[in-house]
Amino acid sequence: MTSTLETTVVDLATTSVRELNAELHAPKATHYAVEHPQGAHAIAAGVATPITVDVRGHAGYYAAGMNDGGTITVHGNAGTGVAENMMSGTVRVTGDASQSAGATAHGGLLVVEGSASMRCGISMKGVDIVVGGDIGPMSAFMAQAGRLVVCGNAGADLGDSIYEARLYVRGTVGSLGADCVEKEMRAEHLAELAELLTAAGMAHDPAEFRRYGSARRLYHFAAHNTY
Amino acid sequence: MIDPAQPNPALRESATFDRATIAGIQRAAATGVYDIRGWGAKRALPHFDDLLFLGASMSRYPLEGYRERCDTDVVLGDRNARYPLHLAIPVTIAGMSFGALSAQAKEALGRGASEVGTSTTTGDGGMTPEERGQSKHLVYQYLPSRYGMNPTDLRKADAIEIVLGQGAKPGGGGMLLGQKISDRVAGMRTLPAGIDQRSACRHPDWTGPDDLAIKILELREITDWEKPVYVKVGASRTYYDVKLAVAAGADVVVVDGMQGGTAATQDVFIENVGIPTLAAIPQAVQALQELGLHRKVQLIVSGGIRTGADVAKAMALGADAVAIGTAALIALGDNDPKYSEEYRKLGSEAGFYDDFQDGRDPAGISTQDPELAARLDPVEGGKRLANYLRVLTMEAQTIARACGKAHLQHLEPEDLVALTIEAAAMARVPLAGTSWIPGSTRA
Repeated sequence: MTSTLETTVVDLATTSVRELNAELHAPKATHYAVEHPQGAHAIAAGVATPITVDVRGHAGYYAAGMNDGGTITVHGNAGTGVAENMMSGTVRVTGDASQSAGATAHGGLLVVEGSASMRCGISMKGVDIVVGGDIGPMSAFMAQAGRLVVCGNAGADLGDSIYEARLYVRGTVGSLGADCVEKEMRAEHLAELAELLTAAGMAHDPAEFRRYGSARRLYHFAAHNTY
Repeated sequence: MIDPAQPNPALRESATFDRATIAGIQRAAATGVYDIRGWGAKRALPHFDDLLFLGASMSRYPLEGYRERCDTDVVLGDRNARYPLHLAIPVTIAGMSFGALSAQAKEALGRGASEVGTSTTTGDGGMTPEERGQSKHLVYQYLPSRYGMNPTDLRKADAIEIVLGQGAKPGGGGMLLGQKISDRVAGMRTLPAGIDQRSACRHPDWTGPDDLAIKILELREITDWEKPVYVKVGASRTYYDVKLAVAAGADVVVVDGMQGGTAATQDVFIENVGIPTLAAIPQAVQALQELGLHRKVQLIVSGGIRTGADVAKAMALGADAVAIGTAALIALGDNDPKYSEEYRKLGSEAGFYDDFQDGRDPAGISTQDPELAARLDPVEGGKRLANYLRVLTMEAQTIARACGKAHLQHLEPEDLVALTIEAAAMARVPLAGTSWIPGSTRA
């Protein structure tokens, strides 16, 4: 671990993830750079203060897991469950993200500049997710709250069993999952979409997107919707 | 001559189509929806009642009841965690959610457990301040739904229990019906009040044991390797599940048999999926022994624990501790005859009430109705639970001393025989009066 006046550099070629996370949980600096991540798992998991972490390379599973206030950027691709259960803060992936990006996250902003694989935003509980490319099948499954913005295409079964989350897709949708329907794009939706795109640094016209959400037909257990 | 005023003694009830079965068919035909209820399996199953202890005589030396030392403590999760749990007794409180149970009931469980030095467990829906505040040792369940799950509460927990399933419904998710979704419950779960809530049956961000190993690593990292990580499975393919859970890094494995309770599950699921607790324990122990980790990765067994004899039998078969759910609720006041009239109004009786999904529990336990919930005094409920836990412990000690054991963990399979061939085969102990273990030895 080496420090300059502005940045503490942690080289995972010579330092363990355990040492890195212990430092990030009780930070002595405000900005960290992580070198040679080499796909290690749980990089910057459990950050609970408003520090900045730049991961310079590809990260494995659960990068920035349960982030609560940190600004964490993966300069590369991220494995399964990036920013899972995030509470607040910002996580950005400059490349692609694997499965379950932003799963169950309660708050904050997750930006994937490339594409995200299947189950993106699964069980999301308030997070905002903006994906520059495409998302895979079964994304936003049982999505409870928050906004998912997809600048490319969405795979099959988008929003299956969705609750109150709002989904915006610019391209095509493979198919809609159970109880997920297209909804009218009203002025307030265009406005919040414009804010989300701006926050994510994406230069798309909100008018190019379509909105999807819950038909609320599965909200009460009954003979017609047994599961 | 038949007297129409008297029951006809010649009427014969079908064993196949008994009255409950007929009523079930009639109910299905009338509603078109399957039956959902609480409690665990109600069918007769091979169970601890089918085992007996061989008290000491000539070949074994007993300990003096009440006087000679018979320790009861247990350490859970000392494989990797900086702070393993050290409990005074090996009877823990199983995971039950705020939502399924009232806040008063959760507080009472915490109070009772803490009074006797054991742990209680959160459930789906997260951790309440009442529960954390009153629980000396609190296990935080990490469930597929992740309702209410947050890193702040995770760090407040004393252990983390990753739930893959439960004995009442291995392979099934959960359901909390809208009548129990108060504003507080809805807020904790980030869902609208009053709607039925489905809890997923699969975790959202990992699939299979290889992924689970990485998930456990993440949880350890987030909590700085302080807390034991349990993995809970519903009893089905227990031998393989335990091996895979341990390979994934579990510090403690929790195995819940099909008699384990639920707050709301399809009756057909409860009665027809999973295996009895008795059949699961030897499979789990075998898996741990083959890995060389029996007593190093601790085994907690639940599902139908009612008495100190059940505790002792589970431990003799190789469990390090047990967990109780249904019995704990009964100790708090569930199915109390003083509410007989109200149970009848709900179409049930004291001793039969299982509509935990319904939210109208007269005892104030499985409800979110403020007036009903207020009937349960958490302080009084906690005392009742503590009394019950003490009795369980003393009963188990009584049996252990009779078997010459100075610690409950010294009980062993050799102390047991079975009353039935089925129990002998499942528990892997000899049929009483023989040396025959069906499936293991010749008659």
